[in-house]
Amino acid sequence: MGRYVLRRLLQMVPVFLGTTFLIYALVWAVPGDPFEGKCGERDCPESYVAAMREKFNLDDPLVVQYGKYLLNLVQGDFGQTSAGLQVGERIAATFPVTLRLALVALLVEAVIGITAGVVSGLRNRGFLDSLVLVSTLFLISIPVFVTGYVVQLVFGLQLGWISPTVSTPTFGNLIVPGFVLASLSMAYVTRLTRAGIAENRRADYVRTALAKGLPTNRVIGVHLLRNSLIPVITFLGTDLGAFLGGAIITEGIFNVPGIGGLVFRSILTKDGAMVTGLVTVLVLVYLLMTLLVDLLYAVLDPRIRYD
Amino acid sequence: MTDAVAAGGLTAVGGPAGGPVGGAGGGDADKPRGLFDDAWRELRGRPLFWVSVALILLVVLMAAVPQLFTSADPTLAQLSRSRQGPSAAAWFGYDNQGYDIYARVIHGARATIVVGLLATVGVVLFGASLGLLAGFYGGWLDAVVSRIADIFVGVPFVLGAIVILTTLNAGGGAGAARIVAQVVLSISVLSWPVSMRIMRSTAIAAKQQDYVKAARSLGAGTGRIITKHLLPNCVAPVLVYSTIALGAFVGAEATLSYLGIGLRPPVVSWGVMISAAKDYIRVAPHALLFPAGFLTATVLAFVMLGDAVREALDPKLR
Amino acid sequence: MTALLEVEDLHVEFRTRDGVAHVLNGVTYHVQAGETLAVLGESGSGKSVTAQAVMGILDTPPAFVTGGSVRFRGEELLTATPQRRREVRAEGIAMIFQDALSALNPVFTVGFQIEEQLRLRRGMSRRDARKRAVELLDLVRIPHAAQRVRDYPHQFSGGMRQRAMIAMSLALDPEVLIADEPTTALDVTVQAQIMDLLAELQRERRMALVLITHDLGVVAEVADRIAVMYAGRIVEHSDALSLFRAPGHPYTEALLRSLPHLESKGTKLETIKGLPPSLLRIPPGCPFHPRCPRAEQVCSLEVPPQVPLGSGRTSACHFALEVVGRG
Repeated sequence: MGRYVLRRLLQMVPVFLGTTFLIYALVWAVPGDPFEGKCGERDCPESYVAAMREKFNLDDPLVVQYGKYLLNLVQGDFGQTSAGLQVGERIAATFPVTLRLALVALLVEAVIGITAGVVSGLRNRGFLDSLVLVSTLFLISIPVFVTGYVVQLVFGLQLGWISPTVSTPTFGNLIVPGFVLASLSMAYVTRLTRAGIAENRRADYVRTALAKGLPTNRVIGVHLLRNSLIPVITFLGTDLGAFLGGAIITEGIFNVPGIGGLVFRSILTKDGAMVTGLVTVLVLVYLLMTLLVDLLYAVLDPRIRYD
Repeated sequence: MTDAVAAGGLTAVGGPAGGPVGGAGGGDADKPRGLFDDAWRELRGRPLFWVSVALILLVVLMAAVPQLFTSADPTLAQLSRSRQGPSAAAWFGYDNQGYDIYARVIHGARATIVVGLLATVGVVLFGASLGLLAGFYGGWLDAVVSRIADIFVGVPFVLGAIVILTTLNAGGGAGAARIVAQVVLSISVLSWPVSMRIMRSTAIAAKQQDYVKAARSLGAGTGRIITKHLLPNCVAPVLVYSTIALGAFVGAEATLSYLGIGLRPPVVSWGVMISAAKDYIRVAPHALLFPAGFLTATVLAFVMLGDAVREALDPKLR
Repeated sequence: MTALLEVEDLHVEFRTRDGVAHVLNGVTYHVQAGETLAVLGESGSGKSVTAQAVMGILDTPPAFVTGGSVRFRGEELLTATPQRRREVRAEGIAMIFQDALSALNPVFTVGFQIEEQLRLRRGMSRRDARKRAVELLDLVRIPHAAQRVRDYPHQFSGGMRQRAMIAMSLALDPEVLIADEPTTALDVTVQAQIMDLLAELQRERRMALVLITHDLGVVAEVADRIAVMYAGRIVEHSDALSLFRAPGHPYTEALLRSLPHLESKGTKLETIKGLPPSLLRIPPGCPFHPRCPRAEQVCSLEVPPQVPLGSGRTSACHFALEVVGRG
C-alpha cells in the first residue's frame, strides 16, 4: 500500500506541473498589458509597471517565470497580488467557507441520492421507480444556475423562507446553496445507487444471505448495500474534489464568500497571481482527492489490491 | 439466476436463428442480426425515445428555419414595452430591453445548437481518434496521451473555461463567428479527455478479443484491423457518450454565457438571454424562465436519447 | 412415518416478457433423516428451482409458486408466515450453492459470514461466534482455520471456498441440507474430496441430504435414492442400485448409455438426439416424446402417469414396465 501511494504521488508531479503551467501560461501570456486599469483612468506610471514586471518576473522567459513561481510555492509563498494582498492569506480566508459548502452539498446528495436510489432500485419498474428516474433526468438537464435562480426566486423572493443571499456562511445558511450545488450530483448518485442495487439484487450472495435466514432488512442493509455503494462512495469522493474547485456559479448566485467567487473576480480583474495561486491549490486538492478515492476503493472492496 | 430458466427454456427463445418466436421483420430474416439491429428494435418500442427525438427535431427545425415559428424581429428593442408580461402579441412577453422573448428564444436555438453540435463533433473526433490509437498501439503513445489527458482533466471545467475564454476575449471586438468558435474551442479543449478515455478502454478491450487476434493471425494489416474490426465494435459507447455530451455542451454554453464570458451580443442564445435576465429576476421572472425552460427541455431531450440508446445497446440493462 | 422434507405436486412458473414458462409441473419427492436423495437432471430441468422454492428464496417476480406443497416435519411451508419461513431456513433446511465464489459476499470475511447467523439467530457474543466459526472451518478441514477465518472469499481456492460454504451452512445444525451442484465448479480431484466431506458430515450428523446434480458419477457414489427430472417433472424415482441396474424410464436409459465406459473404448458415445424442450412451450403428452426412441402415438397425446415399479420405484412413462423389464 505504501509503495502504491508513493508511486501515485510521483505520478501526480507531472500532472500537477502540467496543469499549473497551462493555467500560468494562459493567465500571464494574455495579450495586452496585464496592468491595464490597475491605476484608475490613467495609464500606470513607468516606474510602477517596471516594479510590477520585476515583481512578477515578467521579463524572464515564460518557463523561467514559472520556475521562479514554483520555487516560491514550494517554500509556502503564494506571492502577492498586484494590489499587494497576500494570496495565501486570501485563500486561507475563503477556503473554509467553500469547504463548509462542499460538505453540506455532499451530505445532501448522499442522503437524498442514496435513499432515492435504494427505494427505486428495489422496486424495479414500479411507479416510484419511474418517478425517481424522471426526476433525475430533470435534475441532470437543468443547468445549475437555472436551479439556483429558480430556488432563489421562489423560496427567497416570493415565499421569503430563506434569505436570498448568504450573509454569514454558517452551516444553516449554507443548506439552500448546498442543495443547489448538489442537485446535479444528487441525480447521478441516485442513478448509480439504483443501478448498483438493481444489479446486485439478484446476486448469488444475496440469495445466500436469504438462505441463511437473515431478516430482509439485514440482507438489504448490510449485504446488498455494502456492495452496491462501492461505486457511489467513490463518486462522492470525486465529487467533493469537484465541489471544492467548481462552486463558482452557486457561490456567485447566493453571494457566498468562498473560493469560487474569489476565482471568478480574480480572473475578471486579471489578477494573475491570485488566479495561479488558487488554481494551484484547487488542482492539488483535486489530485489528492482522486488518490484518496482510489485508496478508499481498496478499503471498500477487498478484492482490489494495490501492490 | 441459476441454470433453471436460462439454459433450457428462455435463451433458446431469444436465440438468433429460427427461435420459436423468431420471424423478425420479414425481409432481413436471412441476415444475422447485429448489435445495432437489436438496439433499433428495442428503441422503436420506447415512448421516451420518440419523445426525445421529436423534441430534438423541433429544436433543430427552430435552429434551421426560425422564420417558420415567428415573424417578429429578435433584434428589435423597444424600451417602451420593457418587461411587459406574456400577451397575444408576444407570447412570452418582453425583456428589460424590450426584446420580444418568444422571437429571441426561437432565434436563440441556432447558436445554442451550433455550439453543442460543433463541440461534440470536435470532442468526439479528436478525443475518440486519439483514444483509439492510444488503446490500439499502447506503449509510449498511450502513456503520453493518457498523461496529457490527466492534465486537462485536472482543471475544473468552469474554471478552465473562464481562464481560456478571458484570455481569448482579451482582444475584444470579436464578431459572431469568432465568439462561437471560441466557446466551441474552450469546451472541446476541456472535454476531449472523457471521450478519449472511453474509446481507449473499449479499444483495449476489443483488441484482446479473439476475433481481433484471429484477424491478425490471418495476416490482416493494422489499418484493416482498426477500421474493419475495432471501430465498429468501439463505436457504441462513444455514440452514447456523444449524445449525452451534446446535451451537456448545450448546458455548458448556457453556463459560460451566463457568466458573461461565453456567447454574448450580438449573438443571441438562451444562455445570453438568461444572463441578461438574471438581474431583473425580481421584476421580470418570465424573461428568465422561458429561455431556461427551452434550455432544460433541449438538454433533457439529448440526455433521454442517450439514456435510451445506452439501454438499447447494453443488453444487461434491458 | 412422515418424511423430514416432503415436496408434493409443486408447480412453479416464470412470468417473462416472452410468455409464461412452466418451470415446475408437479414435482414430488421426499427425504428422510440420514438419507441422501439425488436429484438428477440436465440444466433447465428445474432442479435448482425446486430447491429454491423449498427454501423460499425464488426471485418473485418472475418466479411464482402456483401450486403444490412443501412440508418440513409435516409443517406446511408455502403458507407459513415469512417469519416462520425465515426460522426454518438454515436451522431446519440449509443450502449450499454451486459457485461458492459468487455465493459468498465478496466484501465480507468468511468468518463474518459464518458468525453473522450465530450472532443474529443464536444471540452469541462476537467472541463466541468467532470461536464457533473457527471450529466449523476446522470441521470442514480448512487448514489454519484460526487465521483463515479472517480472510475474504477471493483469498480462498475453489475447493476451500466450497468447504467454507459448507461450514456456513452447518452453522445452525440444519436437519436437511440441500446441495445445489456443490462440485460442478471444481476440479475433478477436488470434487471427490468435497463429495467425501459431504457424505461424511451427512453420516455423522444424520442429516437428510438433497444432492442436486447432473453428474451420474457423483450420484452413483453417494445417493441412496434418485429422482430424475426432465422439463419440470420427476420422470423416474428409484433407489440408486435398481436404477443403475435397470432404468425405468427411456430418459434415464439414454442418460446411462451416454456415459463412457472402459469397455466401450473406441466406439462412439451415444448421445440423446435433440434438445430439451423450451419451457415456454412444453410438448403435449410426455415432454420427452420428441426425443424418445420408443415414442408412440399415445406419448404425444397423454401425459404419462407415475407407474409403480415395485419397492417404491415409479416411472412416468407409458411403457415403464417394458423399459424396466428389458434392462
